[in-house]
Amino acid sequence: MLSLTINGKKTTVDVEEDTPLLWVLRDTVKLTGTKFGCGIAACGACTVHLNGEPVRSCSVPISDAVGTEITTIEGISDNKLTAVQEAWIDEQVPQCGYCQSGMIMAATAYLKDNPSPTDEGIDEAVTNICRCGSYPRIRKAIHRAAKQMAEA
Amino acid sequence: MALMKLTRRKFLIAGGLVGGGLAIGFGLGDDGPENAALQATTSSGEFALNAWIKINQSGAITIAIPQAEMGQGVYTSLSMLVAEELEVDLTSITPEMAPLAPVYVNATALMDSLPFSDGHHNGEATVGAWGMRKVAGMLGVQATGGSTSVRNAWEPMQKAGAMAREMLIKAAALQWNVSADDCAASNGKIIHKSSGKSASYGEFVETASRIEIPDDIPLKAASARTMIGKSQPRLDIPEKVNGSAVYGVDIDLPNMAYAAVKLCPVFGGTVASWDENAVLKMPGVIKAVRFETGVAVIADSFWRAKKAVEVLPVTFDEGANAELSSKAIFAKFEQQLASDEGRSYIDEGDALEQIAQANTVVSATYKAPFLAHACMEPMNCTALVGENDVEVWMPNQAQTLIAWFAEKVADVPAENVKLHTPYLGGGFGRRLEIDLVVMAVSIAKELKGRPVKLIWTRENDVQHDMYRPAALANFKGTLNSSGDIDAWQNRVASPSVTRSFTKRMLPWADSDMPDNTTAEGAADIPYKISNMLMEHVPTPLEIPVGYWRSVGHSYNAFFSEGFMDEMAWAAKKDPLAFRLDHISEHKDFSAVLQKLKEVSDWSTPLPEGRGRGVALHESFGSIVGQVVEITVNKDKEISVDKVFCVVDCGTVVNPDTVKAQMESGIIFGLSAALFGEITIEKGRVVQENFPDYDMVRLNNCPEIEVHLAPSGRPLGGVGEPATPPIAPAVVNAIFAATKTRIRELPLSKHGYTA
Repeated sequence: MLSLTINGKKTTVDVEEDTPLLWVLRDTVKLTGTKFGCGIAACGACTVHLNGEPVRSCSVPISDAVGTEITTIEGISDNKLTAVQEAWIDEQVPQCGYCQSGMIMAATAYLKDNPSPTDEGIDEAVTNICRCGSYPRIRKAIHRAAKQMAEA
Repeated sequence: MALMKLTRRKFLIAGGLVGGGLAIGFGLGDDGPENAALQATTSSGEFALNAWIKINQSGAITIAIPQAEMGQGVYTSLSMLVAEELEVDLTSITPEMAPLAPVYVNATALMDSLPFSDGHHNGEATVGAWGMRKVAGMLGVQATGGSTSVRNAWEPMQKAGAMAREMLIKAAALQWNVSADDCAASNGKIIHKSSGKSASYGEFVETASRIEIPDDIPLKAASARTMIGKSQPRLDIPEKVNGSAVYGVDIDLPNMAYAAVKLCPVFGGTVASWDENAVLKMPGVIKAVRFETGVAVIADSFWRAKKAVEVLPVTFDEGANAELSSKAIFAKFEQQLASDEGRSYIDEGDALEQIAQANTVVSATYKAPFLAHACMEPMNCTALVGENDVEVWMPNQAQTLIAWFAEKVADVPAENVKLHTPYLGGGFGRRLEIDLVVMAVSIAKELKGRPVKLIWTRENDVQHDMYRPAALANFKGTLNSSGDIDAWQNRVASPSVTRSFTKRMLPWADSDMPDNTTAEGAADIPYKISNMLMEHVPTPLEIPVGYWRSVGHSYNAFFSEGFMDEMAWAAKKDPLAFRLDHISEHKDFSAVLQKLKEVSDWSTPLPEGRGRGVALHESFGSIVGQVVEITVNKDKEISVDKVFCVVDCGTVVNPDTVKAQMESGIIFGLSAALFGEITIEKGRVVQENFPDYDMVRLNNCPEIEVHLAPSGRPLGGVGEPATPPIAPAVVNAIFAATKTRIRELPLSKHGYTA
């Protein structure tokens, strides 16, 4: 039995220690907002936060997540949307939407450390793949969210 | 959004569709058979007013959407068509996947799949059209593809809204005992004009559901529309920013098991031997299953299934294709072009004679590689096989075919097949295929009574796709004394997508027939050329090929618009002006190009090291012109800085969705142009995952400026038409900047990095 803290709640899971965090979240804990895209940390669809830092959960063995604060897309807001999520709606970012949980997690982590985002900074921090090509709107949404967070 | 539980009502392919031609019922009015399928999905207090609209007594409105939502915004745009006439706010609508029923057949996709249905083509190939029609009839079923959703729904769904509105007005008049002429519908309510009293549609829906009404209610004039043509926020977006949207891969059922597979890497190979006992004691493993092309492990989690199948000992009989390579395939194209006359799709004037007589002939050979779809959501299908029934949850673009194959493989009566279509994490044509449902039901049959979720890894996906065909084209062109094109000859060798797809559905239907997808974007170019010959040389291959966003246009536009640019430079004319000179009779095309010239500031020269390229292409009923600005240095580091895109898709339903689809199509095509290549060695795909099948990301994504330029032309599609022009626009820009002509994609193959 491994003890985990996911979105502020403690839970235990009975899985092999090499099981990737992604599959524990999806199949064991049933938090399916975090997506499987490539399995090798190449696309970012599975991005979650460990202690506030973005990680690609398909390549994090669950043993490494023990003792950390795990945050998934389901846990970034209580009942109210975050500025990033609101900006995603305002800019009408998602198409198929499959990559967007990972995009929002990557953008959220970037903005936490970079309240004044730059295009170069966004390029370096958000390297996830979107097959629908929502990138121009993602860029706009990140800038919009930053502006809103600065005003709040 | 909640998913309706779907019960298959009718088996379309065996039914009247093929013999019965193209007539589609509108499913309007009271209790006709067309409404039965939706009526069967109503809950207590809810009534279906026709095949598209359900309203419950508290006024909640549900719209049945026949097409799958795969990112193209169809749940919203089709809801808008109904809402416009039903006089309701879009936010009061809940879109739901429609049940499987003949009334929802995609007749536009069917018509578009017929050769030469658009009237462009005049070649000898039309003699085979009858045979093609027969096949298309079988394929053109309830499906999502060919940029057809809005075109197909345009009239029926507005009519559905109008008729439901009139039924509600009549019902209110009856209940209030007033004249229907004194009642009006507005914002989800019926208003009695004289007294000013009003009540929600929910108050009248039960009565309305029993009212018969003529189906000739006139639709609003374009000038009276309040919703169509004005950007509406997409209804599916809120649940796509908080992780709650349910895709196929997210389906979770009580007692569900998971399956992972190992497939023979060689196309056409089969399992020779295996040792299932080696994995049965591994943690969580429930069962191992052997099927023709591979093996599966069923376990209590996907990770455990995947770990077990990876170590499951299996040997494959690689079959006849074990030495097949991309090199051999391109050699076959060359050999076919040299030895086979092919089939002409346009033959005007005498191009061969003009070319034989000319002093100077411009010649070029263009090549395009195989491409994978690589939808973000890996392929998956969940199946529950019972003693005499089967239930399937699958993100798919072809409900009729999926249900049919579930029925065949499970060997159950058609009426005992249930299909659920959740959100699709991308489709791009890949989810028209039946391979996943066949595999999932085959595996689940071995664990009857338990749902089994089959998930493919990304490696499975990249290496076992139905690929965009590779193709090779030989061009010859001549100019007259005033520098206009005199003759144009284009011979293209490629496998036929329609033939390959048909063979997978109906092996007995495999035959060499004309295929519009082999000539689209090649025979129907918008330029006026007196002597023009376009021939396709069928080159069947062992590699399965399928419908990839924009299909034949995806490579033919690269070929045609690349060569058009070569002709312009040979004539020493400005490439955009040269195109304008050749389309003088087609005003819609000229208008798009003129607009493009203006918005892209085409006439202002760019500094050294930068270049501008243009491409113009019509597909799926829409004209798209693009100007690309690039920066490139001597080390072949290329930056695609900006794309100007002008689209004429006729009447626009949701303008922001049209813009989003243009951005999407451009980036999809740009990923392919820069990096996309599937290569075959030893009968198998070399690439495995995103590192060697790369995509455009934020850091190399251009700025995109979309301009809508709707003319009076008929409604066109928007899901695909932005993809074809981007590759030629980019190579044309490289030529403008460096005088290097690229005739083969991807650019990475020629040393370019982005």
